[in-house]
Formats: sequence, C-alpha cells, structure tokens
Amino acid sequence: MKKVFAIILAAAMVFALGASAFADGAFKIGGTGPLTGGAAIYGNAAANGAAIAVEEINALGGIQFELKYEDDTHDAEKAINAYNTLKDWGMQISLGSVTSTPCVATASETYDDRIFAITPSASAVAVTEDKDNMFQMCFADPNQGSASAQYIMDKGLASKVAVIWKNDDVYSKGIYETFKAKAAELGLELVSDTTFADGNDTDFSVQVADAQANGAELIFLPMYYTPASLILAQADKIGYTPKFFGVDGMDGILTLEGFDTALAEGVMLLTPFNADATDEKTVSFVTKYQEKYGEIPNQFAADGYDCVYAYCQALTNAGCTPDMSAEEICDAMIEQFTTMTFNGITGDNMTWGTDGAVTKGPKGMVISNGAYVGMD
Amino acid sequence: MGKTIRNSRTRTVNFITYALVIIAYIILQSMVSSGNIKSVLKGMLVPICAYIVMAVSLNLTVGVLGELSLGHAGFMSVGAFTGVTAAMAMFYGIPGVAPWLRLLVGMVTGAVFAAVAGLLIGIPVLRLRGDYLAIVTLAFGEIIKSLINNLYVGFDSKGFHLSMLEDKTNLLEGGKLIIGGPMGIGGIKKISNLTAGFILVMITLIVVFHIMNSRSGRAIMAIRDNRIAAESVGINVTKYKLTVFTISAALAGAAGALFAMNYSTIVANKFDFNTSILVLVFVVLGGLSNMLGSVIAAAALTILPEALRQFSEYRMLVYAIVLILVMLATNNPALRALIDKLKPGRKNEEKEG
Repeated sequence: MKKVFAIILAAAMVFALGASAFADGAFKIGGTGPLTGGAAIYGNAAANGAAIAVEEINALGGIQFELKYEDDTHDAEKAINAYNTLKDWGMQISLGSVTSTPCVATASETYDDRIFAITPSASAVAVTEDKDNMFQMCFADPNQGSASAQYIMDKGLASKVAVIWKNDDVYSKGIYETFKAKAAELGLELVSDTTFADGNDTDFSVQVADAQANGAELIFLPMYYTPASLILAQADKIGYTPKFFGVDGMDGILTLEGFDTALAEGVMLLTPFNADATDEKTVSFVTKYQEKYGEIPNQFAADGYDCVYAYCQALTNAGCTPDMSAEEICDAMIEQFTTMTFNGITGDNMTWGTDGAVTKGPKGMVISNGAYVGMD
Repeated sequence: MGKTIRNSRTRTVNFITYALVIIAYIILQSMVSSGNIKSVLKGMLVPICAYIVMAVSLNLTVGVLGELSLGHAGFMSVGAFTGVTAAMAMFYGIPGVAPWLRLLVGMVTGAVFAAVAGLLIGIPVLRLRGDYLAIVTLAFGEIIKSLINNLYVGFDSKGFHLSMLEDKTNLLEGGKLIIGGPMGIGGIKKISNLTAGFILVMITLIVVFHIMNSRSGRAIMAIRDNRIAAESVGINVTKYKLTVFTISAALAGAAGALFAMNYSTIVANKFDFNTSILVLVFVVLGGLSNMLGSVIAAAALTILPEALRQFSEYRMLVYAIVLILVMLATNNPALRALIDKLKPGRKNEEKEG
C-alpha cells in the first residue's frame, strides 16, 4: 500500500512540476517589420533593439520573453501574412509593425483578435484610431510636424523655410500638413513648397533649385532617409548650403550604404532618442548594440528596446503570467498602459492616452563628425 | 474529325480546371468552417482568389489575344478604389445593408469602372503593337497610381465630393472622407470571404472559356496568329481587340475590389509596376493561354514566399531559384513528352494520325 501511495505521490509531483514549468514559461511576443527591402534599416533596428531588451530581461530571471520578428517588406498584404504566421506561432502580445501602412493593416487584425499591441515606430494616426488595444511608442505624425515648427521657431533657426515632401506617402504628408499649419500660426514664412513621389525620387534638382531661388534658409525634410540623402547631395552639388531639418525618418541616414556622411554634416533632426546621452541606461544600451551589431543604434532600435521594457513593467504591475490567454493579457495591458508612467531611453515620464498616443518630450539632434549629437 | 477531337480535348481540360477549383474550394471551406486551418493560410485565401482572377484575365489579353500588357494592376487599382468607395458609401448611406450585398455592389462597381477604363485606354492604345503597347500600358498603370495618390473622395448626406491634389471636399457634419490621397482608403470593413472569391474565380473561368471556345474566340486567336490573314478574311481586328481588353479589365477590377475588401487599408502604391509584373509572372509560368496553368501558378506563387519564411532573408533568393527551376523543368523536352503522353485525348489523336 505504501508503495502504491509513493508512486501516486511521485506521479503527482512530476505532474505538478510539469504544470509549474508550463506556468513559468515565457510570454510570446511578436512583431512584423521590413527586415528586407527599401525600408530594412528601420525593421532591423527595431527588431535588434527589442532583442537586446529581451536578452537583458531574461537574464534577470524574472519575467521571461520569447521574441519573434517576421518580415513584412513594408507591404500591408505581406504584413498580414507575417502577422498570421506569428498568430500560428502562439503570439500573446504584439509589437505591431514597424512602418505605418503595414501597421494600419495589422492593427485592425490585433483589434479583431484582441491581442494587445504597441508599435515602436508606426507613427500614422490611422494606426491607433478607433482601437482601444493599439498603442504607439513614437510620436504620432501630426505631433512631429507641429513640434518641428515649434522647435525651429523657438531656437530661431530660420525665418524663411522650404519644405520638400513626398505626396504619395502617408507619413510624409501627415507631417507636412501639421508643419504647414503650425508654421502659419507661428509666423514662419514658407517660401518654397515642392513634392516628389515614388518613381521620381531620384532627381531633386528642381526642388532644391526652387528652395534656393526663393531664399530659404532652412529646408524641412519630412521623409525617409533615402530621398533625403539625395537632396543633401544635390544641394551640395550646386553649392547651396541652407540648414536641413528632418524628423525621425532621417534617423538612419548615417548607416545608409554608400552615403558620404560628410554631406549630412550639420543636419538637424527631431527625434526622441539621443545615442550620445550620458545616462546609464542609454550608455549601456548603445554599448551592447554596438558590440552585437557593429553600429550606433538609431531611434527605431531605441523604440523597440523601450517597447519590450514597457511590456515588462506593465506585465509585472498587472501580475500577468505566461499561461494567460492573449485576451486576458490584452485587458490587463490596456488598463496598465493608460495609467502607468514609464521611464525609457526615448524619454522620461512617458504616459499614454486612451487613444494610444504617447506623451514625451522630443530631443533636437544635430549630425556632427558623422555622429548624432544632442542640440540642447 | 480533327476539330471534334480538339474540341473534346479542350473540353476535358476545361472540365479539369473547373473540377480542381471546386474541389479546392470544398476542401478549404470545410477546413475554414471547422476551424482546422492555419491562420496564415486562412489569411491568404482571398488574395489567392484575387490573384487567380488577375492571372486568368491577363492570360486572356496576353495568351489568347497575344498583346503584352504591363498595366494590369492599374485596372485592379481602379476596381479596388471605386469598389470600396461604393461599398463604404452604401455602408454609411443606407444603414443595415447585408455585407454580401455591399461586397457584390463593390465588385460590380469595380468591374464596371475598370471596364470603362479599359475601353478608354483601349481605343487609342490598341492601334499600337508589340513593344509600344507594352510601354503605353505600363504608363497607364503609373498614371492611375499618381491619380489616385492625389484624389480625395468624401461622402456625406449630399452625396459624393471629389477634389484633386488637396482635400477640398468640405464635408458636412457626419460626412466621411473615403479616399484620402496618399493615405488611400482606411477603415475598410473586411467583408471579402472565400466563397465570394470562389464565385468570382468560377465566373472568370466560365467567361474566359466561353470566349475561347466561341466564334469570337477563334477570331481572336486568328488575330494573334496572323493579323493580316485574319483581316483579309474580314475579321474586325479593332472590335475584337477592344472586346478582349475591356473584359480583361472588368475581371481585374472585380478582383481588385475583392482584394481591397479583404484588408482594413489599401493604398494606391500597392498596385504598382511590381504587381503587374507579378501577375505576368503567374501567366508566363502557367503557360500562355493555359488557364489551368494560370490558376495553379497564381495559387502556388502566392503561397510560396510564405512557405519559405523559415529561410528568412534568403527567402527571395530561394523564390527566384524555384522560378528558374520551374521554367527549366517545364521547358525540358523529356518532361514535356511525358506530360504530353499523360494528357487526355492524346491517344485518340495518335490513332487518327
């Protein structure tokens, strides 16, 4: 009888052990981003940043994460496929998508499936619109436009401003519109307003010449870094040296292959992350990133890193365990994110509204000697 | 005698195509309703249907009519944007309309607008031949993309408001901006489903097979094989060319509407030159004027990149290698002889010979 009892006890213990091992598992966290193709710098940076955060958090031994990034090639259709692949894998919490258009598509899926998502860098307003479980770590586009105009005005950088923007791009147009409105309000004079689009984004002689002819002292470039690099080259070619001011899409220009970084000397950009900051957290992140990937992290990497840490804080506060379903975690996360304050490397005292938009202070950066340096 | 055998052979091939599509639908639909399907495959079902329709309709232009068109995605775009606009206006304008009815209206609207676009572009363009036609259709696709990127369409109680370049629609209270220039259309109600896709594929196949096996179809193929000879026997080349071009555009438009209503957002840049080429690849790989081939190629090449996800960055490399291998294999004389032997009706013909 004793023997039978012992066997049953042993079996029960093994079972309990198995069960607890299951409960001690990791949160499955997934995201999509352009890991290949034209926007790959953004996707890889965000994925790498998130990977470093996961490594650090897992090493602490508390909450455990399992991270998986799938390639969406900056395309909505592929993003849905990537998202579904992650869903099949068993994703519990999501990092959304890295770029705007794919993220609008995946956000609607996470909303329907009740999976909580916070995107590192998809800045379009449509991403979070009408979705209670979709949050952003980056500024929304309208904020970037008005913050840029405010910054230019406050610092007295210029009074005559030119804008070159991409008129078939959600991101560029979103920033342009609010910049224009804010500039008019503040009394910044917009002397040149020119556009380009997919397919004619290789020659900028007309746009740059227009800015020069109208005497612009500063050119505002709300766009991704690839066309921006060509504009810098074009201005250099005709010997025109205005100030250049970009937004977060400009981040990454220094790591663009085949780009002469001397051209970017003096370019200013508004971004929430400063790789030169001397606080402990940033220094440790930058050192680790450089060791692992051999380059200075940009804002997207920092956003990815912060997203994972924000999750870590929210999950700890809510007392979530990895055996909870995605839907249960989703409800807990909505409550946490709308109430908590988070200190990360892209800003202190970040808070989120119920619309999913983040509140944090932007930092002005200037490119000096081939590196991003804080302006303040 | 030879003619009837040819007829019976095409009939068998057509029958196999229908049967394949129906069987695939029954299997997939039962998997979907039992929930026994991977999300990634489930998410691809509607796009696959749309791509099949795109491939088959382009095959009608390229394979049967023999004119190279590089702007097929342009028609898909016209269909997608007009179709979704119609469906959304219906949703906001007439409350309580069943989703299937909105989908139907959307697809029909898409088809009609794309057909009009096809007709308009066809009148000047079809006077051109070969390379020139290819270049003009390519330009057409780009023009559509630019137009939609600068188009703003809003809908309120007073009806539709259109404006170009800037949002000057000035909607009334409760109005809704549907097409927002480069933002495309957002907040689409996802109402496409596999059954709608299946019905559209079947309609497309029926239309295309009926054209091919009719008097018009023989005239069209005569134009392809020798235009001068066809003209000399009194075939109205322009009429047939225009008919094929318009039908092909209409089917692409319906496919575009179906495709767009499977996603919550759609932007004009999605339907660029690359999409046109992708569909052309389906057609070429499946075989010119081989509709069964187009169906299989479209389905296989849509699934392939997803099936190759495990190769991560090397995915597109593997994809390209697979394409080359398929091309080599299908052009291998030994393999072709083997396929020919297996083809139905082959034995009869040999006896005849």
